[in-house]
Amino acid sequence: MRTALFLLLLLALAAVPGSLVPQRTSDPNGVTQYKVDHPTLYPILDKLQVFSTYSSVWFSAIYLLLFVSLIGCIIPRVKHHVDAMLAKPPKTPFRLSRMAGYREAEAPAGVTAAEAIEAARAQLKSARYRTVVFDDGRQTSVSAERGYLRETGNLVFHIALLGILVVVGIGGGFGWTAQRVVVTGQTFVNTSVNFDSFNPGRFVDSDNLPAYSVKVDDLKVTYDSANGDSRGQALDYDATVTATRKDGSSYRTHIKVNHPLRIDGTSVYLLGNGYAPVLTFRDANGKVIKSEATPFLPEDSNLTSQGVVKVASGLSEQLGIIGIFMPTAPTDTDAQNLSSYPGLNNPRVSLTVYAGDLGVDSGQPQSVYALDTKGLTQIAGPTAKTKGLNLGLGETVKLPNGLGSVTFSGVKRFASLDIHHDPTQGWVLVFAILVLAGLLTSLFVPRRRMWVKATTDASGAVRLEYAGLARGEDPRLDEAVASLVAAHQKRLALGGFKNGKA
Amino acid sequence: MTETLSSISEYAIFATMFLYVVAFVCFVLDLAQRSARATAPTAVRSAVERRAAAAASVSSAASPASPSSGAATATLAPPTAATGGGVPADGARTDGAPTTSRALKLAMTVTVVAWAIHLLADITRGIAAGRVPWANMWEFSLTGTLVIVGIFLLVNLRFDLRYVGTFVLGLVCVLLMWAQVFYYVPVAPLPPALQSYWLVIHILVAITGTAFFALGFALAVAHLLQAWRERRQELSLPPVLPFLKSLPGSVELENLTYRVNIIGFIFWTFTLIAGAIWAEKAWGRYWGWDTKEVWTFIIWVIYAGYIHARATRGWRGSRSAWLSIIGFAAVMFNFGVVNVFFHGLHSYSGLTN
Repeated sequence: MRTALFLLLLLALAAVPGSLVPQRTSDPNGVTQYKVDHPTLYPILDKLQVFSTYSSVWFSAIYLLLFVSLIGCIIPRVKHHVDAMLAKPPKTPFRLSRMAGYREAEAPAGVTAAEAIEAARAQLKSARYRTVVFDDGRQTSVSAERGYLRETGNLVFHIALLGILVVVGIGGGFGWTAQRVVVTGQTFVNTSVNFDSFNPGRFVDSDNLPAYSVKVDDLKVTYDSANGDSRGQALDYDATVTATRKDGSSYRTHIKVNHPLRIDGTSVYLLGNGYAPVLTFRDANGKVIKSEATPFLPEDSNLTSQGVVKVASGLSEQLGIIGIFMPTAPTDTDAQNLSSYPGLNNPRVSLTVYAGDLGVDSGQPQSVYALDTKGLTQIAGPTAKTKGLNLGLGETVKLPNGLGSVTFSGVKRFASLDIHHDPTQGWVLVFAILVLAGLLTSLFVPRRRMWVKATTDASGAVRLEYAGLARGEDPRLDEAVASLVAAHQKRLALGGFKNGKA
Repeated sequence: MTETLSSISEYAIFATMFLYVVAFVCFVLDLAQRSARATAPTAVRSAVERRAAAAASVSSAASPASPSSGAATATLAPPTAATGGGVPADGARTDGAPTTSRALKLAMTVTVVAWAIHLLADITRGIAAGRVPWANMWEFSLTGTLVIVGIFLLVNLRFDLRYVGTFVLGLVCVLLMWAQVFYYVPVAPLPPALQSYWLVIHILVAITGTAFFALGFALAVAHLLQAWRERRQELSLPPVLPFLKSLPGSVELENLTYRVNIIGFIFWTFTLIAGAIWAEKAWGRYWGWDTKEVWTFIIWVIYAGYIHARATRGWRGSRSAWLSIIGFAAVMFNFGVVNVFFHGLHSYSGLTN
């Protein structure tokens, strides 16, 4: 117990740092930011694995030790409990008066010791006690025990905790998660090459994921448009999708927050969304060389968003563009580039254009959301001769140096979908329910022994003694003895025991 | 309609706070009167006198629960004290003076009336918002304190716990005023992440668990004070906090603390499980070490430690009471600090930074 207590308190303490410092798993951007903000502290904490506290060596060591000590505790207890369940209740103690709730009474005249004890035995039996009668000639007694379920519950609780740990460990090896950004109208097929990011468990066969597809037909987002304090707060995200299972059958459904799509053993969640402005580029001759929707990542609650568009071919120079999109831009054109409402009231884009070698042909993997401006020349923007390009919906402006033109030709929505597969989470739930059930029985079923002893004295009167023994917490033991006495006395007084009525 | 109801709720909560303060004052007065009563007859009893008194009360007063049926008649003679487990019994409620002072009666009456108005405030807020009234920190505080007082009143139907009224009402007054000043937000629509029936289950269970832990905290504090007084008496030091003499002995307080805390623990376990099920639906994973999840886990582990402490030699008594207090401090930290200042997915305070 002392070891368990020590390790439990240590575990509670060890879990604290992970809540004070951003974690790689749940908040990778926070970790990056922390590195910038605390350049001296970061390497120390990183060495101590504080940024992944819950998979760190020291945290794992504590909980593994806790479970080792748990196993060491459970095995002998299971054996002991099985023995106790098979055994009969132990012999009645010689001196009952030392036991809890001790009471004495006299049996009504004409009732023999054996009859009184038989009545008590029947009484206890009907209250679901295990009973055994002892008779040594001078004294007759019944020894009874109940509440074996208490220990069973306690063992189930601890074993189920162990079960959760094991199952979670297995789930980590066989589960996978993936993210994919899908612009409305697009389809994604569930294969690992199609994901924006993919985190498979160690034993996942990445080439054989269930090849279903999901087409995002529409994404409707409703905002609170009333002029109150909650103006602009999202009220609903509703993605209409067409899902096609790997067997080819197809159906239309909705994905919402709190309402994932369950398909072919995986779950698809709508965890983010944003705007994807459609920019159309034409060359100097007016020929369309690129026209597509690019997801811009939201930067604030009013969905001021930033994105990168790369024009790698078709113009006389490669172009890299950093764009700011505002669904509701300020009407004052000198104002800051910040949206004032997340809905599309006055959509505008503001573009900073760079020219030069984008390095897309170098074979180096590049993020589609970032632009490395090293080696590029700003041709439109704050430090260039031409100011940044500022377009309302449907407007066209000329690109500098006679390169051609760009048109802000439309706005689409994108959905950020998370795809998860965890083959063991059903088992985790089963064990969690067992934890709760075990806890309830182990805390509320009282385990107790009861004894009734009858002694016949010289005058022939039968003296009765009653007592109980708590095994574990049992605040109502005394009450239980009292009510046993009352019921037993009543039964004896009515004489029902003589006809063998239980 | 929404405006009217939400202003009814606001007026009602002010009335509630006023009445809770009145009830708190009455509970304090009651404690003061207990002190006066306790000090009046005998000033200081020596250890010898005390032992004698204890022996006397064992044979006379501390009888087990009386038999429930008339059939077990006069022949019953319980000769020993069944409860108390070696505590000096002189602190028990057998000092002669009636337990219920007028201040205490008034305190309980005012608490019941205030609670009814509190309930009204909570329900009107819920109707005004068109949903359950626990979707942001203000509403959580409003409902949480309602449940704390409700559980306090409910448990009093079974055990006489009126002596912790001062702690409970004091705590509730501070929480409500704090919430009124720092957490108040007007009615706002529910963000999509909270649009789930799990909001009803998960949060309501969390609130109930919190309420039991709050009561366990109050009892643990009473236990520590009582144990301190008993220790001083043992050493024949001058008596302290005389009102404690009218409270149950430290062992009984410890047992009550335990019973209240294990109920809280069960609710907390269910909070964790329900939260995990909801998290799977809303965020795509049942457990992700989000800051709020971490703290809910820490609280669970602390109380698990508390339960183990009861069965560990040398950890019963004051040490386990301290664990109960640390556990509740973590609950308050989880609510007051983690929600507001920590970065995480459970950012539903409704407060703007």
